[in-house]
Amino acid sequence: MNVRVRIPAPLRQATDGAAEASVQAAPLSAALGELETQFPGMKGRLRDDAGALRRFVNIYVNGEDVRFLQGLDTDLKAGDEVSIIPAVAGGA
Amino acid sequence: MAIITADVPAPVVASTSRVRGLQCRECGQLYPRAPMHVCELCFGPLEVAYDYDVIRRMVSRESIERGPHSLWRYRDLLPVTSDRVVDSGAGFTPLLRAENLGRALGLRNLWVKNDTVNPTFSFKDRPVSMASSVAAYDFGFDTLACASTGNLAGSVAAHAARAWMRACIFIPADLEPSKISGASIYDPILVAVDGNYDDVNRLCSEIGDLYGWAFVNINVRPYYSEGSKTLAYEVAEQLGWRLPDRVVVPIASGSMFTKIHKGFRELSSLGLVAAGNVKMVGAQALGCSPVVTAFKEHTHDVRPVRPNTIVKSLAIGNPADGYYSVKIVEETGGDLEAVTDDETVDGIRLLARTEGIYAETAGGVTVGVLKKLALRGAIDPDETVVAYITGNGLKTPDAAAGVLAPPLHVAPTLSAFEAAYKDLLARTGA
Repeated sequence: MNVRVRIPAPLRQATDGAAEASVQAAPLSAALGELETQFPGMKGRLRDDAGALRRFVNIYVNGEDVRFLQGLDTDLKAGDEVSIIPAVAGGA
Repeated sequence: MAIITADVPAPVVASTSRVRGLQCRECGQLYPRAPMHVCELCFGPLEVAYDYDVIRRMVSRESIERGPHSLWRYRDLLPVTSDRVVDSGAGFTPLLRAENLGRALGLRNLWVKNDTVNPTFSFKDRPVSMASSVAAYDFGFDTLACASTGNLAGSVAAHAARAWMRACIFIPADLEPSKISGASIYDPILVAVDGNYDDVNRLCSEIGDLYGWAFVNINVRPYYSEGSKTLAYEVAEQLGWRLPDRVVVPIASGSMFTKIHKGFRELSSLGLVAAGNVKMVGAQALGCSPVVTAFKEHTHDVRPVRPNTIVKSLAIGNPADGYYSVKIVEETGGDLEAVTDDETVDGIRLLARTEGIYAETAGGVTVGVLKKLALRGAIDPDETVVAYITGNGLKTPDAAAGVLAPPLHVAPTLSAFEAAYKDLLARTGA
């Protein structure tokens, strides 16, 4: 199976400029682990010292915030699209 | 003729630049001034970093008072560095003593910051004044873009027009018609997205990576959000250069809330007002109140929600500055509270009939929360309290329309009027 991961501009230093990556593993936690193995600079950017996802990292699967799904346990299937997106402001 | 030799060291002079660059709010990493908003090391939000020693030498109460009657009187405290700005005349809106509303709520020193009278009728003209100026004249963008819950759409489209830039505006498809027309009139590219604001924001974040546009709330957000500091500067100046004891501010993403707090802190640290603590009170609509929920559950972890409220301008389920907002409330001894849609409509009507100010739904939330706290006894009656009314009621006319008294309908005769009037007095007991 193949899952596309969209890499936001602030993380592309870690991917040598690539805007997209492809991973095979599931669930989401394993997919992120695979991504971090592919791109060694990624882990420290996505996770804090304790290994938890950083506060301002938002992850979406097919456009849905994973906090509305099963978080890092969210299952992935072939063709799914994962987006990593920084928090953005607005409103009022 | 001056003789220049290579071995003479350059004289050491104090920096004269007010703006040092951008700095990560989480890890402190410094970046040069650029259109970017996220730390490349830790994903934290970037903020404009100032050299306050330089600013201290430039700014005084007198220098500000000599400035224009707009937010540009505080230019030395803002992130623009070009000589040119996009000046729509935003800001320096009235701070009104609210005696009638105060009497109704048992507050003796209540004020309303009436920000409904900005050029596009909401506080958004403040941050967009910064974003458009920086985008046009500091960075040379030709397109101004945004994701919007409505108020930002109109403001970005108007400022783009004034700066002779292209505007590209993304809104949730279910937005109020008056907010859509209030943006369309300036002739932007308007994109209605089938989804809620959080969906629009996510989409824009990905579009922003592909297109070389200045998204005011994304890549130029560090500059944009600084504009909301002027809401604090003005209130302090209009109170006679002193801090209020407490302010009530609506919260969507929490950006304005955190910047009002920052504005008060800066005035204190620059010696422009006597140092003091301003209790920061955040107001949300119950149908979208993730920041209030986090505060009440004593956590800084603001969990996203799916908005379900008539208060579209506050309908952000995933507030970027929610975490900082909760911390500020805790640090200042403030409060966070939410009101229902019915209480919101009551708040709009209460403000209108006591003070003659017609607020949009976010203003109804602010007044509703103020009322709730006042009646609960959570506010000392003698405190100087300022309620921020940040958007105009004509943007959301349907909110209260269903509960307003219909007009007396009469034939054009004196007797018809007198009969109807007598009947009204009998019905209302007036």
